[in-house]
Amino acid sequence: MHLRAIKESVKATVLAYEKGIDLDIHTAFGSDLMSDVLAYVEEDTLLITGLTNHQVIRTAEMLDLKAILFVRGKMPCQEVIELAEEKKILLMMTKESLFTVAGILYGEGLRGISI
Amino acid sequence: MKKYSRSDENVAMKLHYDVLRDDFSRAGEASSKIKNMLRQLAIDANILRRIAIATYEAEINLVIHSYGGSIDVYIKSDCIEIYVEDSGPGIENVELAMTKGFSTATNIAREMGFGAGMGLPNMEKVSDEFIIESERDKGTNIKMVVNY
Repeated sequence: MHLRAIKESVKATVLAYEKGIDLDIHTAFGSDLMSDVLAYVEEDTLLITGLTNHQVIRTAEMLDLKAILFVRGKMPCQEVIELAEEKKILLMMTKESLFTVAGILYGEGLRGISI
Repeated sequence: MKKYSRSDENVAMKLHYDVLRDDFSRAGEASSKIKNMLRQLAIDANILRRIAIATYEAEINLVIHSYGGSIDVYIKSDCIEIYVEDSGPGIENVELAMTKGFSTATNIAREMGFGAGMGLPNMEKVSDEFIIESERDKGTNIKMVVNY
């Protein structure tokens, strides 16, 4: 699924590295536990989370993830946005909950990773 | 069981990073530097990921649990060795600490998205060789080897 289509489906706004939006993504993983993200995410996946600190960006960096979608209207601080920009990671934010976002995107054809 | 020791034979390059206790906003910087350095050496992307996960979990552990420590990376012709050492407080029961889901992390660690009891199991999972030794009041040493 194209990241631009994901953005529109969940009415998200782009917070960092807008250049990265022209990319197709096939899987998504939703979690606030970064250790679980590190344990299970093995391919280029959209990370959906309500956590907005430095460690989310660092985790994405370690796994070469290209995009993060923040849910529940959580806004990261400026430093975190700048770190994402530096690491070329697209950040988006939506007011919807993780469950709702997952349901919408699943309905549009996006799938979870295999565990 | 193999004992923890550093092996200086055939090291092409060594990297060293100190990690401070409770330095939450900078946690991950050392791992980021290690990853970038190894990428410049054209190391395979899959190997790079495994090393990134191993060093990052180790770095987070040092920040959360230790009094401060260090990460050394030895780049060799057939593998990468990672040595993580700290000056305490040591792990009371290593076997328990290696169990998925077991955690003694603080609320601050949990707020960062860690402390789920997955750190050490993750490090072991991505390593071809994993050695952990810990002594109460002395510290913890971990060796991880990732073969090419």
